[in-house]
Amino acid sequence: MSATEERTEYIGAPVKRREDAALLTGCGTYVDNMTPAGTVFMTVVRSPYAHARVASIDLTAARASDGVVAAFTAAELQEDWKAAMPCAWPVTEDMKNPPHYPLTDVARYQGDGVAVVLAESRAQATDAAELVEVDWEPLDVSVDVSKALDDGAPLVHPDLGTNECYVWTLDTDATGEALEDADVVVTRRYYQPRLIPNAMEPRAVVAVPGPAGDLTLYSTTQIPHILRLLAAATLGLHESKVRVVAPDVGGGFGSKLDVYAEELLVMALARRFGRPVKWVEERSENYVATIHGRDFVTEYTLAARKDGTITHCRAKVTAAMGAYLQLVTPGIPLLGAWIYSGPYAIPNYSVEFTGVFTNTTPTDAYRGAGRPEATYVIERTMDALADELRMDRLELRRKNFISEFPFTLASGLTIDSGDYHASLDKLVDVLDLEALHAEQAKRRENGGTKQLGVGFSTYNEMCGLAPSRILGAIRYAAGGWEQATIRFLPTGSVQVVTGTSPHGQGHETAWAQIAADRLGVDIDEVEVLHGDTAISHFGLDSYGSRSLAVGGVAVWHAGDKLVEKARQLAAHELEASPDDLEYANGSFTVKGSPDKEKTLKALAFSAWAAHDLPEGMEPGLEATATYDPPNFSWPGGAHAAVVEVDPETGDARLVRYVAVDDVGTVVNPIIVDGQVHGGITQGISTALYEEGAYDEEGNLQTANLLTYLVPSAAELPSFELERTESPSPTNPLGVKGVGETGTIAAAPAVINAVLDALSHLGVKDIQMPATPERVWRAIQEAKS
Amino acid sequence: MRTVALTVNGTRRELELEPRELLVYVLRERLGLTGTNVGCDTSSCGSCTVLVDGVSAKSCTLLGLQVDGAAITTIEGLASDGTLHPVQQAFHDNHALQCGYCTPGMVLAAVSLIEEGGATSEEAIREGLEGNLCRCTGYHNIVAAVQDAAVKMERAS
Repeated sequence: MSATEERTEYIGAPVKRREDAALLTGCGTYVDNMTPAGTVFMTVVRSPYAHARVASIDLTAARASDGVVAAFTAAELQEDWKAAMPCAWPVTEDMKNPPHYPLTDVARYQGDGVAVVLAESRAQATDAAELVEVDWEPLDVSVDVSKALDDGAPLVHPDLGTNECYVWTLDTDATGEALEDADVVVTRRYYQPRLIPNAMEPRAVVAVPGPAGDLTLYSTTQIPHILRLLAAATLGLHESKVRVVAPDVGGGFGSKLDVYAEELLVMALARRFGRPVKWVEERSENYVATIHGRDFVTEYTLAARKDGTITHCRAKVTAAMGAYLQLVTPGIPLLGAWIYSGPYAIPNYSVEFTGVFTNTTPTDAYRGAGRPEATYVIERTMDALADELRMDRLELRRKNFISEFPFTLASGLTIDSGDYHASLDKLVDVLDLEALHAEQAKRRENGGTKQLGVGFSTYNEMCGLAPSRILGAIRYAAGGWEQATIRFLPTGSVQVVTGTSPHGQGHETAWAQIAADRLGVDIDEVEVLHGDTAISHFGLDSYGSRSLAVGGVAVWHAGDKLVEKARQLAAHELEASPDDLEYANGSFTVKGSPDKEKTLKALAFSAWAAHDLPEGMEPGLEATATYDPPNFSWPGGAHAAVVEVDPETGDARLVRYVAVDDVGTVVNPIIVDGQVHGGITQGISTALYEEGAYDEEGNLQTANLLTYLVPSAAELPSFELERTESPSPTNPLGVKGVGETGTIAAAPAVINAVLDALSHLGVKDIQMPATPERVWRAIQEAKS
Repeated sequence: MRTVALTVNGTRRELELEPRELLVYVLRERLGLTGTNVGCDTSSCGSCTVLVDGVSAKSCTLLGLQVDGAAITTIEGLASDGTLHPVQQAFHDNHALQCGYCTPGMVLAAVSLIEEGGATSEEAIREGLEGNLCRCTGYHNIVAAVQDAAVKMERAS
């Protein structure tokens, strides 16, 4: 291809996914599909109590059961752990982090593991686990996050003398003057229900021992690199002896961003027995043994002048940690800590987070992590404030939108770009709001079972985790950079190696688009390698909408470096100065002499053959870039939900959902739309359906898919998506990230819509999820 | 142990099964057909959906012994001669899968729904796929894919 010939740009094109071919034909490589010769199967014996001491435990019958290889109590494996289970984010100097290990002799939540059984088959391991006899000594429990700090509340970790894990504050208005000077102060209290992530693939692990003391762990993980480091540390192995492979992973949503007991157990047991050890989580087990999300109580205050200018926002959050601190448990509230002012210019800012232990499954990252919790309270309270001011709720939002960028928030971070007005204008246009209001008025007049409500959520978020220096400043243990390597093979094929670890996001396709454009090659000649620490040596993996905004940008920079090396070689071969070469579409030409040309492919062969390289140049055409983002990235937008609510039964149904998002430059519109569809569904579901509920004894009441409602297609409409695009000036691709926007924005839009449908009945508040019972009760209370 | 004879993806298989073996584990562990995924233990998610004599069924709800003599189609047997089934093709064309874990079950449920003449409207498709859960896509593109496939299979109305 000559330099003058125009080629199609892949970036921005709806390239169909290359991942699909295997997944559509049953060739997925999910961990449970792999059973190496000689595998033994592990089952974990779990506590049925939320808090109980193991007074005695008898494994005799289990060990004598058919096919059993071994069984261990917590004490019998304790010597295998060289460090406690890792928490990477000690958010304050005095944060309390009582050490915990993969097995325990004091269960602190229902599902805590107390023993393991190994057997020749999965069925034999399960049967034998039933024979483990435990004499439990039940202890008092603290389950409710809002009561765990009460005087006399039972202690999850009695040695600490308290259930308080930490208090973290960010306060720009210690005097409270702005609050006192305000004309209107609205304070509301909200509960964010505990959510159970429910990736469709339950967790699974296989540890395979090697001949030289090495171990390979196949895991359903989002974080093979972080897991390699922390598994090695916990087991006391050299990191070089641990290889972690994340093959096809069936969804994560944060729940596979962790270091789990079962990962460490199979590794320890594989090392002890010299045989592969496999564990596959059952779904009901997933409900107690995999992290949960949310479970926040938030008191949120907005203060404003009569004209609607907001002067102050304040959030006081009590966040459930669960029984132990997992990988980033205490940091989850902090992921929203800087954006409790939303997309609004609010000069005074204070947030206070109190982390508390409860006798529940540990919480950790679930899609949005900290930001849905923030957006929910802001957008609910914006509607309440508009109501108080007797002002139109969209006018209040428009009046307070940040409209000039870059903009430094009162919390201290700087938003690089955005256009919140454009998103909201487009949303109102697509909705045809006037027609909806007319229809709502008509239905109100006529009464009936389909009262219409429209709800809004205008949001921004910080993602693209994260500038390493900021992570250091907020006490996170690692950095936030990402690495990519691009190499030409001798024939001109291209390998891209990425440190991100996709589990449904389509990086193989999108990264190939970026590399093919930068290198001017056909996309089919580019392969993308990931998810195996023996192939991708360095990386910080996939979470926090970071993969494109950090990892994708690293691919672009690696391409830059590679092109620059090729320029030196082209100059040498063309006998021209490097400065006199022009690069476009995979070719160098000499300025003014377009017939003098060298393609990257030809240069790749020259560099491989290395017969005639410039003085000092190393053979091969390969470059690695490690990109540390200088700022977070800042998606934003405006969402609206339209619901029909039956005041007789309390049934709330979503009938329309419109999302206008600004995620910067779009690399692949079909993948981006897919992320938004899935994200808003999880937010809608938070608003209407999902709640992980415990009883007072700490029994999980919603412990399977029969009692915890993950919505099906029948509960949802099709969605209407639009975009505005303000490219991020922070990175050369202009990208921002899209994995969590929908989940961050959707829940308040839906609840605001339900409240709008019932506003004429005087209903002001409904706790999520807005089940028919809750809606019905709210109507009855408003009536009385 | 009892002997059962099945035709799986066109190949006749005779197996000695324990009474408690579920069809899904017969497929995955006895026959190595790991394309059929297990997503739950309450017959709620539909990840393990296969075709039994042409009709979709959750293979975790059937014992191996119950399907003696039946013809089973799994995701591995749906494409023919290297050409994707129209439903598989439509899932690719409409980006109806992300992590892919629910996909084999979802595709086979959709094949059955379309063949039965049940994919005649968006609402009918949504109701018809109620037994199959997806956590990634929000179903938007799945519904679009099934509509697309139904048209191509001339079963849209």
